[in-house]
Amino acid sequence: MLTLSVNGYTHALDIEPETPMLWVLRDEIGLTGTKFGCGIAQCGACTIHVDGVAVRSCQLPASEAVGKSIVTIEGLGARGLHAVQKAWIEADVLQCGYCQSGQIMAAASLLAKNPAPTDADIDAEMTNICRCGTHPRIRAAVHRAAALAKL
Amino acid sequence: MNAMLTRRFFVASALSAAGGLAIMISSTRSGAVEFVDPRPWGGDALRPPAGEIDAFVVIDPDNSILLRIAKSEMGQGVMTSLAMILAEELECDFAKVRVEYASAHRNLIDGGPYGRMGTGGSSSVRGSRVFLQQAGASARARLVAAAAARWGVEPSACVARDGAVRYEATARSATYGELAADAAKVVLSAEPAIKSPDQYKLIGTRQARLDTPVKVTGEARFGIDTRLPDMVYAAVANCPVFGGKLVNADEAAIKSRRGFIAVVPVENGVAVVADRFWRAKEALAALPIVWDEGASAQTDSAQFRAEYRAALDGPLANAVDHGDVPGAFARSAEVVEALYEVPYLAHAPMEPLNATAYWRPDRIDVWIGTQFPESALQKAAEVGGVAANAVFVHNGFLGGGFGRRAVNDELVQAVQVSKALRKPVKLIWTREEDIQHDRYRPQAALRLRAALGADGAPTAFDFRTAVGSITRSLGWGAVPSGVERSAVEGLENVPYRVGALKVDCALKNTHVPVMFWRSVGSSQNAFAVESFIDEVAHAAGKDPYAFRRALLDHRPDFLAVLDTLADKGDWGKPTPKGSGRGLAIHESFGTIVGEIAEVTVSDKGEVKVTRVTACVDCGHVVNPLTVEMQIESAVLYGLTAALFGEITIAKGRIEQSNFNDYLIARMADAPVIETHFALSGGGKWGGVGEPGTPPIAPAIANAIFAATGKRVRALPLKNAMLGA
Repeated sequence: MLTLSVNGYTHALDIEPETPMLWVLRDEIGLTGTKFGCGIAQCGACTIHVDGVAVRSCQLPASEAVGKSIVTIEGLGARGLHAVQKAWIEADVLQCGYCQSGQIMAAASLLAKNPAPTDADIDAEMTNICRCGTHPRIRAAVHRAAALAKL
Repeated sequence: MNAMLTRRFFVASALSAAGGLAIMISSTRSGAVEFVDPRPWGGDALRPPAGEIDAFVVIDPDNSILLRIAKSEMGQGVMTSLAMILAEELECDFAKVRVEYASAHRNLIDGGPYGRMGTGGSSSVRGSRVFLQQAGASARARLVAAAAARWGVEPSACVARDGAVRYEATARSATYGELAADAAKVVLSAEPAIKSPDQYKLIGTRQARLDTPVKVTGEARFGIDTRLPDMVYAAVANCPVFGGKLVNADEAAIKSRRGFIAVVPVENGVAVVADRFWRAKEALAALPIVWDEGASAQTDSAQFRAEYRAALDGPLANAVDHGDVPGAFARSAEVVEALYEVPYLAHAPMEPLNATAYWRPDRIDVWIGTQFPESALQKAAEVGGVAANAVFVHNGFLGGGFGRRAVNDELVQAVQVSKALRKPVKLIWTREEDIQHDRYRPQAALRLRAALGADGAPTAFDFRTAVGSITRSLGWGAVPSGVERSAVEGLENVPYRVGALKVDCALKNTHVPVMFWRSVGSSQNAFAVESFIDEVAHAAGKDPYAFRRALLDHRPDFLAVLDTLADKGDWGKPTPKGSGRGLAIHESFGTIVGEIAEVTVSDKGEVKVTRVTACVDCGHVVNPLTVEMQIESAVLYGLTAALFGEITIAKGRIEQSNFNDYLIARMADAPVIETHFALSGGGKWGGVGEPGTPPIAPAIANAIFAATGKRVRALPLKNAMLGA
């Protein structure tokens, strides 16, 4: 039995300890906002926060998440939209939207440690894959989120 | 009546089924207004018929307006643009509309009220605009007729505006919600006229996408997010060599694993079913499988490359032959000739292929993201052995399509597994299966020749292509003429004024399946033609922009795009050492797109595209926002392919497997992209989803030439030796 804290709720789960958090979230807990994209930590569609830091959950065994605070897209901005989500709406970022949970979680983590990132910072830190080509709008939206967070 | 009851029954059961397990997130939590249900598949006549004005428009007594969208939302913005077209005629407040998918099942059993529901060929707006305007106008006219009848006045004296009908003489008014039930019963003696573009108020304005709010919170349901009671999960191994088949899978080796349920042979491979996807996937990895790899197991890419080149020497089928091509070459002052080559490409949509199927003897339900819900329905019926009118396809948001979701291999397998186990099954392809079992953009070789006159202007073009036939690969036909449109699009209609043109084609397939990849034949043909025109311009000692301009003086639409592009893209202005600009222009899917790429090439030969300027003539624009987004999207999709995209074969198998070796442009690779318009208007309505892709590869290649003097004739660029 593993005990996990996800979005402030505690879950006791009878699962193999090596089960990747991606599948724990999606198939055990039912939080499907975290997406499967590659399974090898290349694309970032599965990005979640572990103790506030962006982690690609497809390569995070559940056993390593025990005792840590897990936040998913569903738990981001627990009291309304997070600044990054608001910025994503204002900047009209998304197209198919499949990668965007991960993009938003990555951006929120970036802004938490670097409240005013430059384009170069964004290029270096936002390495998630998007096939719709929303990159230029993500870049703009991260700057917008930085501005919104200051308000 | 039976069908109606069935449909209503289904809605109730589906909602409880889907909602029962799901973690419900209240939309009020986020505070965002939701314009589309996170489960977009809507109902099969979910709404009470009382408020349904026509198949596209449902108005409830509380004035909420639901519009049905009969195309798939895969990022291109159809939920918004098609809703705008309906709302334009309906004269309602666009801020208050909601949308859902139209039902493929209803389209089947109710005589096709939605027309053709397939999404592809950049056709959604241009193919359904008139139809949707008519549906919106018809609904409006019936609301007006209902109000006029209620008030005992002439309909022509009433005005519909902002979701209400008014009779000005007595200042009476009634909301659409109040009139909807009556309007639904109105039979019009004649359909009303639809607006011409000069009358549009909503079409042409910038509107935020309706699907954004549910996609920033994780609520939006893609096919892969389906959860049903008692659902089991399947992981699939497709035969590593296309055309091979399963010989044996030793179930004994994995049957004691936790959660294991079954090994099920499926089309093209074998599925392992377990109570969780992770367990199914791990069990599959441990399953000893013996394949008969078949006759193609010794093929490789070097062989294919040689074969495509050789195919250019014939036999060839002729697509175009006008003017005196041999004479023009015989009289030419100079001949320019070049060979261009492109590899197979995978689509790699972000959402791996998946389908959830629930087979019962008398009914099949499928949850999927598909570009062709009607084909998916028919396929499920065929595979499951159930009548088509008892099949329900619940289309989710598509996590990218780009053509891959036009044919649903995953659906076939999911229905097979569900039928074998008599349980609801969610079947997911891993990314490795996606990359290695796609239906690819065809590999191709093209040889282009130009005869130049003494003044340097071309007098004849002789184009040859050797490329895989999509029609044959899909089993849709033998193509007895030896020419298919997608093979020669962009070649047969090359816009440059030239006295003689010959286009020949060798359709040549390997065992690797091919299909529609964003912009289809134009994806390779524009690379060849627009690179070649640059080469011809340089051979003639002319500026590539001025050279194109001179050969396009019979096409004012091309000239408008080209001139705006050159102006906005700073054509002719100096660039730093190691940098350069390249230009390309191409018409596809009824739309002309020109692009200027600015690139920097490092001493080591690394290419960085820093800026792309695009100019578009799609005739008219429904939503400038989503058109700009589609151009950005098409540019980056094509940029990824131009720089990195390559599927290669060794021992009959695809060598790439995931995003570590099938590289995708990331943020650091993404240029600044600007989109401009040079709209020709009139009767032209061009497509938007694909036409931005073809020009980017040649624009980059031409920019590399401008920067380095090196001409790249084979993609991807990562293989080109550009170092100093």
